[in-house]
Amino acid sequence: MTRLAAIVLVAAALAAIPLAAPSNAVLNFLVVALMIALAGQGWNVLGGYGGQYSFGHAAFFGTGAYVTAVLQVRYGVNAWIGFALGIAAGALVGRVIGALTFRAGLRGSYFALVTLAFAEVLRIIASVAPITGAGVGTLIKLDLRPEALQFQSRAVFYWAILGLVTLSLLIAWLIEHSRFGAWLVAVRENEDAARALGVDATRLKLNAMTLSAAITAAAGCFYAQYFLFIDAGIAYGPWISVEALLTAIVGGVGTIFGPLVGALMVRILGEAARLVTGDAPGLDLVIYGAVLVLVVAFAPRGLMGLVTDMRAAFARRARRRAAEVTGG
Amino acid sequence: MAKPLLAIHAISKRFGGVLAVDQASLFAEEGKITALIGPNGAGKTTLFAIITGFVRPDAGTIRYEDRDVTGAPPHALARLGMTRTFQIVQPFAGLTVVENIAVGAHLRRRARGAALAAATAVARDVGLGDMLDQPAGTLTVAGRKRLELARALATQPKLLLLDEVLAGLNPSEIRDVLPVVRAIQARGVTIVMIEHVMQAVMSLADHIFVLAEGKVIAQGSPEGVAADPRVVEAYLGKGAAKLGAGAA
Amino acid sequence: MLSPAILIPAVLNGLLTGAVYALIALGLTLIYGVLHIINFAHGALLTAALFAAYFAQKLFGIDPYVAVFALTPAFFALGYALQRFVIGPASHGDDRNMLLVTLGLAVIVENTLLYAFHADTRTIDVAYGFQTIDVGGAFLALPRVVGFGAAFVVALILWAILTLTATGKAIRAVAKEKLGAELSGIDVAHVYAITFGLGTACLAVAACLLIPTYYVNPHVGNAFVLVAFTIVVLGGMGSVPGALIGGLLIGVVESLCGLYLGESLGQIGIFLIFILVLLARPSGLFGERA
Repeated sequence: MTRLAAIVLVAAALAAIPLAAPSNAVLNFLVVALMIALAGQGWNVLGGYGGQYSFGHAAFFGTGAYVTAVLQVRYGVNAWIGFALGIAAGALVGRVIGALTFRAGLRGSYFALVTLAFAEVLRIIASVAPITGAGVGTLIKLDLRPEALQFQSRAVFYWAILGLVTLSLLIAWLIEHSRFGAWLVAVRENEDAARALGVDATRLKLNAMTLSAAITAAAGCFYAQYFLFIDAGIAYGPWISVEALLTAIVGGVGTIFGPLVGALMVRILGEAARLVTGDAPGLDLVIYGAVLVLVVAFAPRGLMGLVTDMRAAFARRARRRAAEVTGG
Repeated sequence: MAKPLLAIHAISKRFGGVLAVDQASLFAEEGKITALIGPNGAGKTTLFAIITGFVRPDAGTIRYEDRDVTGAPPHALARLGMTRTFQIVQPFAGLTVVENIAVGAHLRRRARGAALAAATAVARDVGLGDMLDQPAGTLTVAGRKRLELARALATQPKLLLLDEVLAGLNPSEIRDVLPVVRAIQARGVTIVMIEHVMQAVMSLADHIFVLAEGKVIAQGSPEGVAADPRVVEAYLGKGAAKLGAGAA
Repeated sequence: MLSPAILIPAVLNGLLTGAVYALIALGLTLIYGVLHIINFAHGALLTAALFAAYFAQKLFGIDPYVAVFALTPAFFALGYALQRFVIGPASHGDDRNMLLVTLGLAVIVENTLLYAFHADTRTIDVAYGFQTIDVGGAFLALPRVVGFGAAFVVALILWAILTLTATGKAIRAVAKEKLGAELSGIDVAHVYAITFGLGTACLAVAACLLIPTYYVNPHVGNAFVLVAFTIVVLGGMGSVPGALIGGLLIGVVESLCGLYLGESLGQIGIFLIFILVLLARPSGLFGERA
């Protein structure tokens, strides 16, 4: 089955879920999982395909969330426009951070550190600046009309985030079938060799970062509309930086479905843990940390990598059996 | 003589206390194979890195197609038609052979399909036609050298800089690669090669420059350079030329 | 505002704080200099050390200045075990993986502490906790002055280990040229683990020096460690004198910034310096090429 067909099939299957009338809790779980998946899809563009591991994607998530929220709450901007502007603002922040870091030639650990630092700076600013409500946070008024991008039915929220996730899957597919993607992966594998073949690595990474930031910002905008409350710790906190990269690593970096699969898996693990030990602060992150270490240690190519390995193993076995039959 | 395709003049580069390249000048005529030889540590790879934009020279100029390209970054030079290979091969390990070559092909072709088709054709030209879907990381040294060559060729270069493309190959592998290099030249590509394998240099090169301790100490036809006592001394040490002459 | 009566104590206090920062940074720069990775777990491990020092006093009545002699070897062993049995094997030698594993460890440690001890801030009470020494008109807290001296002692011990012992020579060999060291028979995995252990041991000392005058909660390590990152980048990745001088410098800068800008914005100042230095001169004032 071609990847494109798989995307359509997966999207259709997921879209059908609300029609089976699941409970609110299940639907809520899926909405949050998909939102995290979207953030992870964003991370994956830069980290998975581009090989630049950012530890501060919260910077984009939070910017999307705050711009969407503040524009509505303080300036009366229409929610849909606020959403779009939130994505644009996140992309802009990504471009600025990228311009500073890539032009300075930062790679690897340094890049991870700097992105972490930027996210922290934004968090501190948001926690004291009056425009974001400082320590109190920002509350969006409940207004369950589509014009205000709020919906009475949770299912509609679900389809909205599913639509965004499907879009991100298509973007990933486009990346894998375009020159941009071929060059991005080349830079990931060996930047100097890529430069020698005519790739403007700096500009490429910058564009990848902008796209990556935009996608993760969209997840942040959605968070604001769905939960109607954000503060500095939620918007710019390390939790989302960790979850964004975790979903991609667990699911499989540099694959189309990786972050989606990873998000579902990670969130299911979190829920299972909560069922067993109760709702204690910090426990879910402990599990996430452990999962990260275990996946890196034993399945570095993530779940999608395991799927590919299994397919290859089956193919080998099928070939061997065919050879036995014909060889006699 | 028409203006050479590549002309570098008085290039110098210092790394800390070491003068790696000292006022080196050389040129490459269009359509010819020019070789750069010299003992280890002479500065040949540094010179390549400077010519192809990976390292900035402290002094001197680089002219390509009679334009000053000193300080231009590697990707800009590749777009102008100057591509290099690396002495220590650098395959895109996670990609297949054809995907590797396609990265080079994409320089001139935007569409994925077109790039992959061109990559397939180039792969066949260098003899990798039946390994297209193999992961690049599983190739032998000889295979990787060919891959390196194929990737560079896919960018449709006018000037190809080969950095020890024969290093690490056994004699039969070398014998197989020589006609590939000649075929590239026959297609009109100008080649500048760093090489240590002397029979290859002697049989391929139209013009040779000898680099020792960062300086160009001799240049000329293969026969002329081989007979030059300064060259013998650079390789074998002081007095070796006289010894050879005395014994003869 | 600029009167010496205000400035001098601020500078002196900055130096005292800076010395402890330097100790934390020393561990970080040692690990970077040898393993060439940025240890993202450093902050969480500091928090763990602070909790250990806290409980040593609260539960067993052991004074931090005494506990340090037990905690330092304990944390050395912890660091050794972490690198030898978790980080090293899990990373398969890939730098990117090492980043992720240390990040994972940081998340695990910090949140385990959060889960176990909740987010409350705790302090200990020691008899000398509020004693001060008069230094030319400035009243400096006794524990902080002790901390200042101790930091230099530790730095000296570390220097002695690195230059005078066989292990230290092995560490320096691996830092300079891993493959060569391996070929001459040095057990690189062991050296890596010892280095990580030494870095973590520095944290134990820093924690014992801090706990008399500071507080502990599960997130406190992060604040310190980002300062430590800034110092390491400023002073140069892998440079021990750089970490010391950088630490003192940053301590003074933070103190003066806090004086004029207030607490929370002072923190931003550190981050901004950090980002600026990384962008402008990643190799720092004393360090090797990045």
